Amino acid sequence: MNFRDQANVVLSPSGIKVTVENAKCAQANAFIESDMFQEYEIEEEMVIFKLNLTSWIECLNIFGGGTSGAATTSLKMRYRGHGYPLVLELEEDGVVTDCEINTEEPEDTLDFDFFSTGIMNKVIMRSECLKEVFTDLDVTSEMVEIIMSPEAPFFRVSTFGNYGTSQTEISTESEMVEHFECKQTLKQRYRLALLKPSMKPLSAALKVSVRMDARGFLCLQFMIKTDNHHICFIEYFCCPEEEEGDD
Amino acid sequence: MKFSGTMMELGCIRQFAHIVGSLARLSKVCVLRITRTHLYFIINEPGTVHRAPGLWAELDLGHYFSAVTMAGVSEEHNEIFLEFEPDKLSGTLRHLQVPECQCPTLKIKLSKKLSPCLTLEMQMSTPGQWFTTSQSCHSPGDSGNLYQEPEMPQFTTSIYLPPLKKVRHVVERMKNLAANLTLSANRKGTLVLSITSDTASVSTYFRKLSMPTWDMEGGPSQGDDQQLYSATVEIKKLLSFLAGEQIGPSKVICNIVEDRMIHMFLLHDDVTLQYFLPATRST
Repeated sequence: MNFRDQANVVLSPSGIKVTVENAKCAQANAFIESDMFQEYEIEEEMVIFKLNLTSWIECLNIFGGGTSGAATTSLKMRYRGHGYPLVLELEEDGVVTDCEINTEEPEDTLDFDFFSTGIMNKVIMRSECLKEVFTDLDVTSEMVEIIMSPEAPFFRVSTFGNYGTSQTEISTESEMVEHFECKQTLKQRYRLALLKPSMKPLSAALKVSVRMDARGFLCLQFMIKTDNHHICFIEYFCCPEEEEGDD
Repeated sequence: MKFSGTMMELGCIRQFAHIVGSLARLSKVCVLRITRTHLYFIINEPGTVHRAPGLWAELDLGHYFSAVTMAGVSEEHNEIFLEFEPDKLSGTLRHLQVPECQCPTLKIKLSKKLSPCLTLEMQMSTPGQWFTTSQSCHSPGDSGNLYQEPEMPQFTTSIYLPPLKKVRHVVERMKNLAANLTLSANRKGTLVLSITSDTASVSTYFRKLSMPTWDMEGGPSQGDDQQLYSATVEIKKLLSFLAGEQIGPSKVICNIVEDRMIHMFLLHDDVTLQYFLPATRST
């Protein structure tokens, strides 16, 4: 989810949360639960800082990030507190890498206030399904329209490109759909450029939940299973585009 | 000036092609020096320490070629110097590496028409069917001084590198974070690769590496064994050298001249490659 260089990191007893924002209109959150670590210790209730996400990822991949076959890399992360760098210690086959990633004052992140306003519509499906829809989106279209409704067409994704309009519908009876719960017909348009970064976690995900609240905010939640059968979540929020009045 | 040699073994041809391929990655022009016993490839980089070449490759003529005829410029200077473009040569040699190549034979000839020409004759799948290419080249000036065998630098520390593939992977990651990389080593077998940028600082430690023994002048002087000696080089240049793993060297020695230069030594049965990387700045 490194579509921006800077990320906010929140450390808390339950795990690590990494937040990346795009033009104050979209936000991605990744949760890594403390269970993922063999040992996890934290003294304070919550620690927040900002760091360079690209550097962090390069450091974590210094030995090839598990793609090198049999060898397994171990990782130790430490953070002493405000003003100190985030220290990583990686080890593989006796080779050790020490990294210090400078931390900065955290940025204010958007609070989408998603859950209090009431989730109107919710669909959970296997990720391949949505992946296909998203990869087929017409790139010449600036907007993507999503309709979620308790009656037909249930779930429809449309684009309006140079070469015409395209619509993809997913029926509730599809084997790919696991859960369908819609209270109200909602039709919203989102900027394709804002939705695009969600493609990457989507391809890694097992399942995805698409939710929309009464204001039309979109929340995509990706469930990702790691090699060790731990479950991680990535959340992707996206603001709707203001209606132009002709609808 | 006369030279012709024939290569019959696929392994030799392949390795020869790999060497020329790595030359092509490093420089546009390269000097070929032929003596009675050896073939040398030399790349001179402007501005290196002591006018040391960027690369010095030494190939045993007898190992690569059967049937060699060679005559130098004169009786006293029985050697040939030629400047050529490795990129073109490498492109030609690529034809010989296709798997269908049944009976590979490579003849290298030096022919003189209007200017000296390096001619390659290749026989691939059908015996008797030859494929010929020529590349014109010219004799470099000042060959006496510039293209003599480089002296072993007065290094501060010397160490055998871990498998190049592993080193390359780490260096590739570091390249995305910074432009320069510091190589440090001590006399206890520790090698450290490190970078520092605005956002992060990263150091990778390879421990318990073996060290070559030098019983010569200019070898490491006495001092604290734990002390790390280092030199900082451009990551891009280091990476282009690390791509030389294709030759499959049995050993790679890294000599560090503190704050001035890194000298890499690739050893293989019948090839040695020396690589000189000047330090970017003294720290």
